[in-house]
Amino acid sequence: MNSRIARIFEQLQQRGERALIPYLTAGFPAPGFTLPLLDALVRGGADIIELGVPFSDPIADGPTIQRASQEALAAGTTLQGILEMVHEFRRKHDTPIVLFGAYNPFFHYGLERFAGDAARAGTDAVLVPDLPVEECAEAAHCLSDKGLHLICLVAPTTTSERKALIAQHASGFIYYISVKGVTGARNSASFKLDEPIRDLRRVTNLPVVVGFGIARPDQAAEVAQYADGVVVGSALIDLISANRGEKDLGARVEEYTRAMKAPLIPASASRN
Amino acid sequence: MMNADPMTYNPATPDKSGHFGQFGGRYVPETLMSSLIELERQYLAIVGDEQFRAELDGLLRDYAGRPTPLWNARRLSAELGGKCRIYLKREDLCHTGAHKINNTLGQALLARRLGKQRVIAETGAGQHGVATATAAALLELECDVFMGAEDIERQKLNVFRMELLGARVISVESGSGTLKDATNEAMRGWMARCDDTHYIIGSVVGPHPFPMIVRDFQSVIGSEARAQILEKEGRLPDVLMACVGGGSNAMGLFYPFRLDDKVEMYGVEAAGEGLETGRHAASICKGGVGVFHGSKSFVLQTPDGQITPAHSISAGLDYPGTGPEHSYFSSTGRARYTAVTDAEALEAVQLLCRTEGIIPALESAHAIAYAAKLAPDLPPDSLMILCLSGRGDKDVYSIARGLGKTI
Repeated sequence: MNSRIARIFEQLQQRGERALIPYLTAGFPAPGFTLPLLDALVRGGADIIELGVPFSDPIADGPTIQRASQEALAAGTTLQGILEMVHEFRRKHDTPIVLFGAYNPFFHYGLERFAGDAARAGTDAVLVPDLPVEECAEAAHCLSDKGLHLICLVAPTTTSERKALIAQHASGFIYYISVKGVTGARNSASFKLDEPIRDLRRVTNLPVVVGFGIARPDQAAEVAQYADGVVVGSALIDLISANRGEKDLGARVEEYTRAMKAPLIPASASRN
Repeated sequence: MMNADPMTYNPATPDKSGHFGQFGGRYVPETLMSSLIELERQYLAIVGDEQFRAELDGLLRDYAGRPTPLWNARRLSAELGGKCRIYLKREDLCHTGAHKINNTLGQALLARRLGKQRVIAETGAGQHGVATATAAALLELECDVFMGAEDIERQKLNVFRMELLGARVISVESGSGTLKDATNEAMRGWMARCDDTHYIIGSVVGPHPFPMIVRDFQSVIGSEARAQILEKEGRLPDVLMACVGGGSNAMGLFYPFRLDDKVEMYGVEAAGEGLETGRHAASICKGGVGVFHGSKSFVLQTPDGQITPAHSISAGLDYPGTGPEHSYFSSTGRARYTAVTDAEALEAVQLLCRTEGIIPALESAHAIAYAAKLAPDLPPDSLMILCLSGRGDKDVYSIARGLGKTI
């Protein structure tokens, strides 16, 4: 598929860079924040953006993103409203957007209708953490029909046999979950990525990105040794939460994004 | 009766991937998939093992007090017109006061066989938490129970019971601080420690294989009742009646009768303050198809697909989802689902106290309330088995409050 996502990874590969993929809960802390924050992420060097679709009862999310989702919902965020945000964003930016959220809001919207509306708004992919490959056939069909990727996840607990099964369904890129458990910034010094990602690359040629628990540039640098991209979620939400009242919120988010992207650029290029 | 769906009932469910028709399945993060697949494989091997069966049967008999009696409720039947003989399946006489122990003993024994030293559970009012803590104490398992912060405040007695039994009660602050949030947190907790921990889910809900496992362990209710009624009456009942939140006591009663075409099944949901008020827990009667807590089933949700909090005077029915197999039974017409209000349930409590000298749990009172509505319309000489899922001692404060009394 000659998609925006495929093109981005091609360009990054040519430059020897890794993708920085920030995650932002749409509508957090209120819907009016989202477009300016997306602008800041682009300015800071985001290569792909995961836009979180909040859900009342997420099982894969840690406390930070749970709270962000609750606030976003309380502030009136809806899936329809999020598609309008994507539409607005797409008028200005070419950065791929991945909608990231629990299955029920998409399912309830109607998968076919959602795929059509999401594609028209300029969405590139959808990532549904509670939709394992065994249950994904209908969603995958509706999405690919409209040229959207359904991003698949692989976990530390995924067996080699399942990795091969997931690779058959995967499109766009594969998201490797770095730790067991839920999303959230962690202080642990190191992730065990070498062997599982090597194992994964045996069964797929798609780019592999790593997320869950990555908060600092040194962690991003470590992950970048193995992965084609790095997802930063809860740490960014924490930053937004702590600075929500500040006039320079956008600038701080941009600065953080740039700091996280820096170790993903080869030394020779970043000196220029 | 819901019959919009052309599906016909297939007794060989769930299928290999855990589906009951369009319902069920495994809608969980990839992190849990290998554990669920492994749990299913090992469960199917263990449950067929004679030694396991013998050990579980021994516990159910000598520890939990099974078989529970099937009581011919003559005065209740007479009060309701006398055309229908109502038998009560006395799950309220089980150890810990409700049917919950059937499942927790089975799953705790399963956890031991799986080599897990720790079990976790979610609980709303605390009944499943107490039953899990009980089984864990007996079988020497470490036990953590997730409970909403709001529920901990409301159910101090059960919190203390669990602690007395050696369990750790973990307060869940997220969301509305009730059962649904405790379930989310238990799933998250399992995700982080699935290698040394078994999750004892409390009802026929959650991702496959849980609805099947809980159904199988609760089916002892229906298997006993079926044999008992044949012995007492020489024939099968015309009607089965049980309350439905997640629906484990109802599925336990219904499942062994599923091939008996002439036996009609009624599941009674909580209509709370009234179905028209929006403050209820009737996910089958009033909800839509959705994906919640790992499976596809009927759920209460907003037009935007967000789960809405449920309401019922009965904590055990206060849940916005229901078991996928109940959704399947409803869609195929194998069982009918209806709902009664808080007020009707309170009436039913008093009715059973007055006629039979039994204080029923508020959950079970929903089944009694609908039986009271249905019985007068049944043909003469009808036979009904009603699952009296629990005793009402735990509910006396709620009952008193509902009746405008202070104790």
